[in-house]
Amino acid sequence: MSEFVDRLAARANEDGLVDVAYATVETPLGTGLVAATPKGLVRVALPNQPIDEVLARLAKDVSPRVLEFPARLDEARRELDQYFQGRRDHFELPLDWRLSHPGFYRRVLRATARVPFGEVITYRDAARRAGNPRASRAAGTALGSNPIPIVVPCHRVIRTGGEVGNYGGGPEMKRFLLELEGAL
Amino acid sequence: MNAMAQALPPFQAFLDDHLHPVRAFLRGMVGPNDAEDCLQETFLAALRAYPRAEPGNLRAWVLTIARRKAIDHHRARTKGPRPVAEPQQLIDGRTGREGTGSIDGALGMSPRHSEIWAAVAELPASQRAAVVLRFAVDLRYRDVGEAMGTSEDAARRNVHEALKKLRASAAELKEMTR
Repeated sequence: MSEFVDRLAARANEDGLVDVAYATVETPLGTGLVAATPKGLVRVALPNQPIDEVLARLAKDVSPRVLEFPARLDEARRELDQYFQGRRDHFELPLDWRLSHPGFYRRVLRATARVPFGEVITYRDAARRAGNPRASRAAGTALGSNPIPIVVPCHRVIRTGGEVGNYGGGPEMKRFLLELEGAL
Repeated sequence: MNAMAQALPPFQAFLDDHLHPVRAFLRGMVGPNDAEDCLQETFLAALRAYPRAEPGNLRAWVLTIARRKAIDHHRARTKGPRPVAEPQQLIDGRTGREGTGSIDGALGMSPRHSEIWAAVAELPASQRAAVVLRFAVDLRYRDVGEAMGTSEDAARRNVHEALKKLRASAAELKEMTR
C-alpha cells in the first residue's frame, strides 16, 4: 500500500470512520481474508472465496465504509498464524455475530464455537445443543453459512456415520483442518 | 436490474479506482506541493459521506468534493497563486490510456508545457477547474459538468473561455520569445 493510503486509513480509523477493517492472511491453504467491525471479528474468508465478492458482500451487509487496515487485525492474524502452526488450540478474539441469522442459526454457531480443539460432534448434536434435536438439516445450513469459519469451528461438525461432510472451503479443507487438530 | 450492480462498492475499491484521476485534478488545481494534503482531505470527506453517496457516478461525486477542497485551499491562502503542476506530473498522475485531452492540441500550438500551466493557474477558479478536468483528468464534457454541478453546455463554455485566454497568453509568449 502507498504511503498516502496508509496515512488515510490511519486518520480514518482515528476518526472512527472505518466500519469494516480488513486484511489478508496467509494460511497453508492459500490467502484468506479477515475483517472486523469495532465490535470484533465479523468475517473470515477461506482461500477459495474470491476477495472482491467477499468485500462487496461486507459493503452491502455491514457498511460500505470497508477499508484495508491491517493494524486492526494484528491479533486475529497472529492467532490464526499460531493455529496453523499448531501452537494454538483456541481463539481469544471478540466476535461480531451480525452476519449470522439471529435465532436458531446463530444458536447453532454459538454452540459450535464451544466445541474444543481436536473434538468433533455430529450435525444432530449441533442441532440438539441449539435447542432443536430434530433440526439437523437446518443445523447443516446454519454451519454452511458460517461467516467466521475456523475461529467458529464449523469444521468440527461431521456426519453421524463419521464422514466429514460438506464445508464452505471444500471437503479437502475440512479434512486438512481436522487432521491439523488430530481429530481424524 | 441486478441489485448488486447499483450497490456502493467497498470504499477500498472506490479509493483504488479514483485516487489517480483525483490526484491529477488536484495537482492541476493547487499545484504539486499542496495536492497531497488536499487529496487526504478529499478522501477523508468522501469516506465520511460515503454511505449517502449515489452509486451512479462516483467519479463526478468525488471530483466535486475535490473541487470544494481546492477552493477552500485557495481561500485559506493569503498569498498569491502557487505554481501549478508540471504537465509531466499531471500526466503521471493519470490512469490508463493516453486520452485525447492534450491541451497543446486544443490550443493548436506547442508552447512549452510549464508556460501553459502557469497560465492555467491565472484563470478564474471555475475555468481552471473545467480545463483541468477536461485535459488533466481527461473527462468528457458531460462529466466535467457533473463534477462542477453545472450543465454540459456550461462546462463547454468554461473550457472554451479558458482556452481563449490561454491562446491569448500563448500568442503573447510567442511574441515575447520571437
